[in-house]
Parts: sequence; structure tokens; C-alpha cells
Amino acid sequence: MRDPLSKTIKDIKPSGIRKFFDVARTMEGAVSLGVGEPDFDTPWRIRSEGIYSLENGRTFYTSNTGLIELRQEISKYLARKYDIHYDADDEIMVTIGGSEAIDVALRAMLDPGDEVLIPQPSYVSYVPCTILAGGVPVIINLKEEDEFRLKSKDLEEKITDKTKILVLPYPNNPTGAIMEKKDLEEMAEVIKKHDLFVLTDEIYSELTYKEKHVTIASLPGMKERTVYINGFSKAFAMTGWRLGYACAPKVILKQMLKIHQFAIMCAPTTSQYAAIEALKNCDDEVAAMKEEYNERRRFLVHEFKDMGLPCFEPFGAFYIFPCIKKFGMSSEEFVNRLLQEEKVAVVPGTAFGDSGEGFIRISYAYSLDDLKIALDRIRKFVAKF
Amino acid sequence: MREKILNYLENHASVSLDELAVLIGEDEESVKAEVKAMEAENIISGYTTLINWEKLGVEKVTAMIEVRVTPQHGMGFDRIAKLIYSYPEVSSVYLISGSCDLMVTIEGKTLREVSSFVTEKLSTLESVISTQTNFILKKYKDHGIVMAEEKKDNREMMT
Repeated sequence: MRDPLSKTIKDIKPSGIRKFFDVARTMEGAVSLGVGEPDFDTPWRIRSEGIYSLENGRTFYTSNTGLIELRQEISKYLARKYDIHYDADDEIMVTIGGSEAIDVALRAMLDPGDEVLIPQPSYVSYVPCTILAGGVPVIINLKEEDEFRLKSKDLEEKITDKTKILVLPYPNNPTGAIMEKKDLEEMAEVIKKHDLFVLTDEIYSELTYKEKHVTIASLPGMKERTVYINGFSKAFAMTGWRLGYACAPKVILKQMLKIHQFAIMCAPTTSQYAAIEALKNCDDEVAAMKEEYNERRRFLVHEFKDMGLPCFEPFGAFYIFPCIKKFGMSSEEFVNRLLQEEKVAVVPGTAFGDSGEGFIRISYAYSLDDLKIALDRIRKFVAKF
Repeated sequence: MREKILNYLENHASVSLDELAVLIGEDEESVKAEVKAMEAENIISGYTTLINWEKLGVEKVTAMIEVRVTPQHGMGFDRIAKLIYSYPEVSSVYLISGSCDLMVTIEGKTLREVSSFVTEKLSTLESVISTQTNFILKKYKDHGIVMAEEKKDNREMMT
């Protein structure tokens, strides 16, 4: 029989995040700090709107781009929160989570051989999605001494005449790094100089703990070069609803919409009705969740400092990325031993790119009580060396 | 800083003050000083523990009693409220708007204990016109905390 599979897909490795958790799951008394999704339930008023929409028989497809009422609310929300202005009619499209938007944007913009700059450590989907879209991923290794921010020097080094897109994954999973306005202004200059486009994945934009979040799309001359991606999963604790959106200039969005139209049709209708409520009336709920993440973040920074584990202070998302180099083990070895000896599951930095070597990702999407149990165990573990 | 401290303490009264300082990102000494000051100023009026007695198998009876009273010249409702809240079995007294004047919560060990308090102590007060006793059958949520269900982590591991 012929090989039923494409070479391209066979060459792509599966995500490295999950393998430790299959072990942890079968282990009595193991605690996990591995999950990358909010521990909060979706705020009740959002859930009840979803239920209400079902009661009212809103069970049909929506338009391909999503409910117009939802797109209008997205437009208002982005203007109010981040000072960016997208037309609900032809610059916004509702997707199945931010992840579909990433895939569709890359497919709409890449020709074979086009290079995509991907800073790492970062979320696992940018590289495979680039390859599947026929592009060539070019990795930029971020450094801890820069607090894992992208620097224009490191960016310029990797630009060739084939470079087309820069992926900007901030606030960052797994490092918790953010890019502030001055960092973004530096980027914008390089991007404009080399005539590049930006795919900015701002799914964690509600979760920053320093100055107000700034998007690169709001800087002068950048909107026309940017595909802006966000969604409901992290900010509103709506991961299972599978709902995100992409905003882009009309010329780009129109082509993205074709892919979405043929592959997906439309995002889930129930989720779209619920999301309208999220954008309209949930600022307080979002602020309360953010405050709780921030408490946990401060607690972890304090604990790691106290146990002598070096860690730069993360100001975004819900991850902390301590450095474990001084123990003379690889990340994977460290994570394995931590799981076997103290029954704490975390993710090795290498799951997010080679430059994650020497680091572990700890998620604080867990209650403070759970974090305390896990941190006591980590403290015991590192005291052995 | 006071508001930050109080927002946290409101739901986590048992936190130690050095931990509280870490969680809200303030200096430990100033947090301690502020808490002490707020206790002295009666901004922090007390600390209580929310207990699910039912889980321990301890029987408790709670009733919310709507009380209509005649306000008194020169003191309004204050005197009658004091006559009621001075009983230790009374856990709260509120002056409210609506069909009655005072909402009184009483805790006792048995139904009889609570009802005899109402008939013997409360109803016999001179300015009390009428009472209506509502026994609590089940506490679903109390002080912002859901009592009726267990929380479980249902998240699955994925990419």
C-alpha cells in the first residue's frame, strides 16, 4: 500500500507539552502546575447568555465572519481598551479560538519559501502552522537578560529578502514576558524599514501586571501591516467555548475569510452570543480574575527568590519561567526528576523551543492553596542540590 | 493601600500579614501598621469563620425574622434595635426598607429554642407590632461562598 501520509505532516513533531502529564495523571497525589488555561469558571452571566441563546433556538450557522452584533462589540471593546479602530463590517472576523486565526492568517499571507520570524520560547503552534502554510520558520532566540523581550538587533540579524512576517507573541506564553510601548516602537521602525508584516498574538492582553497593555497595531503606520489576534479564552475564562477573532486591513481579511469560509464555515453560534455579554458587561469579573492572578504571581516571585531559584519578574499571562541552569540538568531531566521525586508536574522550557533549555514553565492558573503545596515540594526538591 | 488590604481580608481573614504583604505587593511593616490602625478605628470590626456545621453533623437552626415595630420619639429605631441585638442568640439585626422594619437573624440549637425566643423575648417587646419567622432550610451560598457544591478541577491536559 502507498504511504497515506504527506511528508510535510510526518516531519512535524507533536507538541511536547503533554507527555509529562500522562505520567502525572496516573500518579497518586501528584500536583500539576502544567495547565495553560484559567482555573476560573466562565463568569455566570456569560454562561447564562449562552444558555438563553439555546433556549431561544439560536442554533443555526451565523454569517461566515460572525454575528454582526458581536463584531460591533469587538470593535468597541478594542477601541475602548487598546485604542485601535477596526471596522466591524470588513476588518474583523470571528474564529474558532485565537489558534484558528493564527493558522488562517499565515495561510492567507504566505507563498512557498516566504520566511516567518518566530521569537522563541513561544507558543507551540507558530512553527507548524508556518510549515503547513508553505512558509519557512526562522527562529529568533530570546534571552533571559532581555527579560525575553524581542530586541531590534536580534530581529534585524534574521531578516533576509525572503522575510515576510514577524510573529509577535506577547504577553508571552511560556515566559510571562511583555513588550512595552518603547519596545514596540523600536520594533515598528524595523518592521517598516524592511517592509514586513506582523502577526500579533495578544490572547493574554487582559493579563498584564505593569503599565496598561499596548498593542503594536496602535502605533503610527502599523495597522496596515498588522494582523491582530485575540480571543475570549484567557481574558474571560472561556477556553472551551472556542472563540477568538482576527482583525486586519480589508485586503488581508478578505482573503483570510475565504479560508475560514471553506474550512470552518463559522464559529460556534452559542459561543458568539455568550461572547457579546462578555464584551459588554464583564469588566468587573475580568478585573477580579486578573487581581487574583496577580496575587499568585507576586507569591511565586517571592517564593522563588526566597528559595534561591533565579527568575526574572514576569509581567504578563499566567506563567513564571524560572531558570534551573545551576542544577546542571537539562530542563527535561529536571522536570522528570521533579515529577518522580516530589510529584509536581511542570513543563520543560524546551517544549517551547530550544532557547527554553535551562528553564521550566510554571502556570499559576491554580488556586493559591494548590500553589503552596506545589511550591513546598519544589522547595524540598531544590534543597537536595 | 487600605482598600487593597480590605479587599483581600474580606474573603481571606485567616491570611498571615506577611503573606498578605507579598500577595498585594506592599511592604510588610506598613501592612501590619495599617491593619492595626484599621482595627483600632473599627474599620475592621472583627474576624469570623464561615463554618459549614452541617458537614460536621452538628444541628443548627437559623431563622430570619421580619419584625415590624413602632419607632420611638427621639430615637427612631435605635433603642428597639439595641433591645434586640443585645441578646447573644441574635446574630444580626438590620434596619431595612420594605414590608417590615427590622430583619433579625437568630441562631439556635433547635426549632423550639428559636421559636421560644421569638414568642417569649421578641414578640413581647413593647414596640414590636408583629413578627414573621422564616426558618432557613438550606444554605446554598453564604458571605459570597457557595456552600452546596464541591469544586473539582475538570481541566484536561492539552497542547
